[in-house]
Amino acid sequence: MSGAQEAALAAQKQDIRSRWLLSAPALLIIFVAAIGPLFVMLFYSFMVKGDYGDVKFGEFSLEGWTSVFFERDIFDDTLGLADAHLSIIWRSIQLSFFTTILTVILGFPTAYFIATRPPHTREIWVFLVTIPFWTNLLIRTFAMQQVIRNEGLLNTALLWLGVIKSPLQIIYTDTANLLGMTYVYLPLMVLPLYASIEKLDFRLVEAGYDLYATRFQVLRRIVIPLVKPGIIAGSILVFIPSLGAYVIPRVLGGGKNMMLGNLIEMQFGSGRNWPLGAAMSITLMILVTAALIIYVRNASRGGNGHV
Amino acid sequence: MFSRRYDLRSQPGFGFITLFTFFALYLPIAALVIYSFNDAESLSQWGGFSSRWFVAAWNNTAVQDAAIRSLVIALWAALLATTAAMMAALATTRTQPYRGLTFKYALINQPLMVPEIVTAVALLIVFSRIKVWTGYSGLGYLIVAHTAFCIPFAYLPIRARLESMDLTLERAAADLYATPWMTFRHVTLPMLRPAIIAGFMLAFVISLDDVVITEFVKSGGQDTLPTYMLGQLRRETTPEINAIATVFLALSTALVVVFFFINKRKQ
Repeated sequence: MSGAQEAALAAQKQDIRSRWLLSAPALLIIFVAAIGPLFVMLFYSFMVKGDYGDVKFGEFSLEGWTSVFFERDIFDDTLGLADAHLSIIWRSIQLSFFTTILTVILGFPTAYFIATRPPHTREIWVFLVTIPFWTNLLIRTFAMQQVIRNEGLLNTALLWLGVIKSPLQIIYTDTANLLGMTYVYLPLMVLPLYASIEKLDFRLVEAGYDLYATRFQVLRRIVIPLVKPGIIAGSILVFIPSLGAYVIPRVLGGGKNMMLGNLIEMQFGSGRNWPLGAAMSITLMILVTAALIIYVRNASRGGNGHV
Repeated sequence: MFSRRYDLRSQPGFGFITLFTFFALYLPIAALVIYSFNDAESLSQWGGFSSRWFVAAWNNTAVQDAAIRSLVIALWAALLATTAAMMAALATTRTQPYRGLTFKYALINQPLMVPEIVTAVALLIVFSRIKVWTGYSGLGYLIVAHTAFCIPFAYLPIRARLESMDLTLERAAADLYATPWMTFRHVTLPMLRPAIIAGFMLAFVISLDDVVITEFVKSGGQDTLPTYMLGQLRRETTPEINAIATVFLALSTALVVVFFFINKRKQ
């Protein structure tokens, strides 16, 4: 090896070393306050619960994990399915799924409409979607609460119009959770959908019409297959935060219509069962990872080879 | 209406759904703002126009404390996150792929991939133990936690800007005997400035908005504005909470508008 090559190699090594040094603060902070604690939590999920919260350090048990799915009968000590937990987990999955569907139903036409405006006006529409997106989630949830509660805007309007005789009980139901999550996460669907529809080659649409396709056929057979990656990206952006929703069900769903996020919180509050809470959190992460894997698989297949 | 030629792009009903979407997006926020000017004691009736709830919120010491705490945390978190993110962006762009680069990307974006509630309880577990061990229970925990989840947001615009910049100017500076620090200070940094401001503002808004992680990490008496509001929502609310929300809304909207124009000018 010649001297020049050696020098170049040394310079490269030096460069990589300084690059590690430069990124160290960011990596360190994320390790300390984001990823590291997740490992500690994994560890905690295998420990014995403390009497007043926390855990008995160094005493290990699988109790936390088994009680995510099973509960011990008080009388004969047999294991049965933990119906309360399972129904909450199942409800979270269902609600997140329906939220995703609703945001597609509203978000797709909206994104399509924006993407087909003249370029100059498009920017304003997109901006109008972005503002609620950056508005505090709690404030938007609170705004929704004021619309759907019994003396709220919706019931007042419907009563005034004579559509209903007595106020609809929406708040503190699953419907409230569904409406709240759809409202809060809708921009997360519109924005990626817009990005993907904007790139759509409308000559293909024209070709479809030339071949006597109806408007619906063009939508169904040309537009939707081509923007599928956008639909999937939007779905994942909506589904994942819905699954871990905490604020929305707390404010809108009330005590009875908990979601997984609230169930986790309970274990660290009144439940005083940290190992169970830790195991539940990891269960939630597994669900999210599963959703992400499905997304990556579909995204690589999507778009019918058209970019 | 004028007779229009057959528009290839239009789909029936889409315009109507779009109108509905925007109506649905803005109506609740509009109602919230309008009711903050409500003179009545409760949100159930309209008692005429008044700004008294804004005065009440302004004079409420709990609100003052929470607002100041929110701003202090957001400023520190945004400052630290932007600095760390800028350094990380310099370290991960304009280079040949090297061992560990993908690992760095994954780690920097990790806070975005995990549900907030999961990070929140994990931090509760770790920080509560550290609080017992060290006896320190100040704002430091909140600032560190906020910095961590703000980093990916600050990183995003800075990395994007760096990727569109080549090394020509920096090389020219080096050829003219500038030290690496002088090159950074007088060449790289000025070119990065818009992206750094954008990253700082994103981080600031993200920190200001956070509810879940703050709720779990805070010690007693460390309410920020969002956790204070969350606590208030449990009881019967007065228009005072609308007034707080309206001011909050105005502030974050103003930041987003500024951000939008900075971005526009750059293009």
